[in-house]
Amino acid sequence: MFRLANPNRFMQWSGKILPWCAIATVLLLGAGLYLALFVAPPDYQQGESVRIMYVHVPSAYMATMVYALMAAASAMALIWRHPVADIAAREAAPLGAGFTLLCLVSGSLWGKPMWGTWWVWDARLTSVLVLFFLYLGYIALINAFDEPTRGARAGAILALVGVVNLPIIKFSVDWWNTLHQPASIFRLGGPTIAASMLWPLAVMALGFTLLFVTLWLMRIRSALIAAKLRALRLQQAV
Amino acid sequence: MEALDHFLAMGGYARFVWPAYALAVIVLGGFAIETIVTYRKRQRALDEAEKRRR
Repeated sequence: MFRLANPNRFMQWSGKILPWCAIATVLLLGAGLYLALFVAPPDYQQGESVRIMYVHVPSAYMATMVYALMAAASAMALIWRHPVADIAAREAAPLGAGFTLLCLVSGSLWGKPMWGTWWVWDARLTSVLVLFFLYLGYIALINAFDEPTRGARAGAILALVGVVNLPIIKFSVDWWNTLHQPASIFRLGGPTIAASMLWPLAVMALGFTLLFVTLWLMRIRSALIAAKLRALRLQQAV
Repeated sequence: MEALDHFLAMGGYARFVWPAYALAVIVLGGFAIETIVTYRKRQRALDEAEKRRR
């Protein structure tokens, strides 16, 4: 019964906030798209191509953020054996992989006109590619065992080891020479980006964040419903 | 009409800007649809299973 109590409580509070998260997601993404495409000015050097930033930067931010959350959930699953923590880590992975793919492709589409190349094997781009493979490796690993709990444990360890990649991504632009520009938002001394571009970016990033929260909660609930259904069918079979 | 053409041209960067936005819509929209459809299917199956038990 103790094991059931926590998932039940999760279903209660997540069910209450989910509609609000969904509404906020739609409003923020709608406003973000409008600001990014119509209100934000073209860059004085990059022209209209700078609008790719409003997809690229939020997805890069989410790619790393989701990994950190996945690793935190994995740690909780390893330490406390909390049943919802395992599910939370597992359900975050495909979303994180999606954001990383979006970051890589939008970056490539921005790099071609601005740098003259789709791709360079420099530290920032390569470490984000490694992040993408970490997500894929995690998804493959948790599904590779006949016994789901063993897969979850192996995946949790991989997720924690992969955390070392996060500071490498963040500081790669300072530690090594790269085509990628240095940090212009989360830096000591405040952002160097113009306010007219920062606001649309902030709204877009918040929209991406809420979209993730909404889908994550929904996927965890979905997995809990599936588990309950399995238990019920097992009961009926006996 | 000219304003629309101007907007769609994205200052000559249309073939880089629009694919980036299109992929964002496809990836994020795809996740949203997949998540909602699976959720509803499972919820319906659970409701039916619980009804049968009673």
